[in-house]
Amino acid sequence: MSVFILRRLMQSLVLLCVMTVIVFAGIYAIGNPIDILISADASQEEYDRAVRALGLDLPLWEQYFVFLGNLAQGDLGKSFVFNEPALQLVLSRLPATLELAFAAMLISITVGIPLGMWAGLRPDGIAGRSIMAGSILGFSLPNFWQGLMLIMIFAVFLQWLPAGGRGPTASFLGMESTLFSAEGWSHLILPALNLALFKTSLVIRLTRAGVRETLLLDYVKFARAKGLSTGRVIFVHVFKNILIPLVTVIGLELGSVIAFAVVTETIFAWPGIGKLIIDSIFVLDRPVIVAYLIVIVLMFIVINLVVDILYSVLDPRVRLADMKS
Amino acid sequence: MSNAVLKVENLQTHFFTKAGVVKSVDDVSFEIGRGKIMGLVGESGSGKSVSGFSIMGLVDPPGRIVGGRILFHGQDLVGLPEAEMRKIRGRRIAMIFQDPMMTLNPVLRIDTQMIETIQAHEKVDHETARQRSRDALGQVGIPSPEERLSAYPHQFSGGMRQRVAIAIALLHKPELIIADEPTTALDVTIQAQILYEMQKLVAEQNMGLIWVTHDLSVVAGLADELCVMYAGRIVERGPVGQIVDDPIHPYTKGLIGSVPSRNPRGQPLTQIPGMAPTPIDLPPGCPFRPRCARADAACETTPPVEEHRPGRFARCFHPHLEDAA
Repeated sequence: MSVFILRRLMQSLVLLCVMTVIVFAGIYAIGNPIDILISADASQEEYDRAVRALGLDLPLWEQYFVFLGNLAQGDLGKSFVFNEPALQLVLSRLPATLELAFAAMLISITVGIPLGMWAGLRPDGIAGRSIMAGSILGFSLPNFWQGLMLIMIFAVFLQWLPAGGRGPTASFLGMESTLFSAEGWSHLILPALNLALFKTSLVIRLTRAGVRETLLLDYVKFARAKGLSTGRVIFVHVFKNILIPLVTVIGLELGSVIAFAVVTETIFAWPGIGKLIIDSIFVLDRPVIVAYLIVIVLMFIVINLVVDILYSVLDPRVRLADMKS
Repeated sequence: MSNAVLKVENLQTHFFTKAGVVKSVDDVSFEIGRGKIMGLVGESGSGKSVSGFSIMGLVDPPGRIVGGRILFHGQDLVGLPEAEMRKIRGRRIAMIFQDPMMTLNPVLRIDTQMIETIQAHEKVDHETARQRSRDALGQVGIPSPEERLSAYPHQFSGGMRQRVAIAIALLHKPELIIADEPTTALDVTIQAQILYEMQKLVAEQNMGLIWVTHDLSVVAGLADELCVMYAGRIVERGPVGQIVDDPIHPYTKGLIGSVPSRNPRGQPLTQIPGMAPTPIDLPPGCPFRPRCARADAACETTPPVEEHRPGRFARCFHPHLEDAA
């Protein structure tokens, strides 16, 4: 177990290094941030001063080693634009995205799994067919359009919920979040729904496929032949088996929800990291981009680790010591 | 056999598929007494497994029992409410499946799967149920049953898993066991052990056993009575020794003629010409007609079951009666 985790951490370190090299090279290829940051009529002296101040006068490989040196001391540099520590900037935006992502995943799990199981158990019923048709809709409706519709219906016509922004936060157990205030929830519901729709469809289809597949297996028939009640067969024998693929996909999706909540955050003016990274890419604010990516990669690594550990809990055939990667 | 455990009368189980009606079991009748073993032999798709599932009430849609009666101690199981059927399944009629690798749920421990079987039918506390499970494992020859209870199925070999499945089937001392090719997936040595074990248990507990198989040589040494199925019908029924030595139905004769060990060395094996018919929309008449050397115009109507000799039933207009010993 500890060997497994240690090996994982080593791999993660290599991954981070490779990622930063790619980002450095990538941003260098796109253009010089100075051209964007400084006004066009600035004098040559001003220009040179700015270049030196940002450390952009050094060759790229040297810039990279300066960055690595600072990284070793926990310093990810200052944002070119905000002149604030990049990591602090990213972390200050992270809670907003995290609460959005978790709310969305919560919706997709609590709605998706029961609906998927229903559709799997009664594939030919009206409800089952409707659920599947709905999931196709959830897959295919463009995210931004669906977000705008939510705003139109619930914020403009019905005026039940605010159209955008993040509500006031409240503190609970030392954590600041909108989840702990009623008004915060009212701001959260629409963007969370918007983000959850696609994931819910995914969970529905995955659950349904798993149920359909598992129901045909001999051990389910054997469980019925033992005289077990239908409830026990479905909620123990079938459910425990479909959880294995579900946990994998939900884990991966949680990562992608955090990383790619950009569209939703933009539509609902949600002050999360998705919006921050888009703005930073526009102005080639390299320290912020790198800090963001480091945080996201770390998060993916942690999620994958948790998924692997959950895997071994759910599936007795998997033992972490045997896992190679 | 007036003290029959099970009496099947004119059972018909059909599958209503898009391609047409598959008459998997068509007008099948047999009976089995206490302490008796009945072999149900046939090729793949001949309806022998479906007969077993029909008795268990485990025929899945699009399949349905469309006619006949299944009398279990005089009580008709056809049309019995699911709740009533559940009380019989696993407690009074148990089933063992073909592939021991698939019959145990991979994510549940052996004790869970055994205890739930006991508790599905009896109000027993966990500890008592566990003890009974342990005793049942010991009974089927699993070494150190106490430790093995806490193991998962993947930690057992195929033969051991089949023993576990048999132990589960025996937990409630059922009056009838339906064994659906339980040794087909096992090594020959393990097969012999399991056969011996089952024979012993049937004698000890005075239960009925239906042994479904495609392997005539297995049944020949095991069963008391034999039913030979072809395309959903029982074409020949009678005491096993008599059928093997002196088959009446041309299909049975062909089947026995193609068993290697019964033929003199160096001689080519006799084969039944042609292929087993596709079971969708069978034409009326004897289904074996196209492959039968004795077929004539009379065979275009379905032959009835006739008692050609005492205790020897067959569905044929041209039975092999002339070469009687």
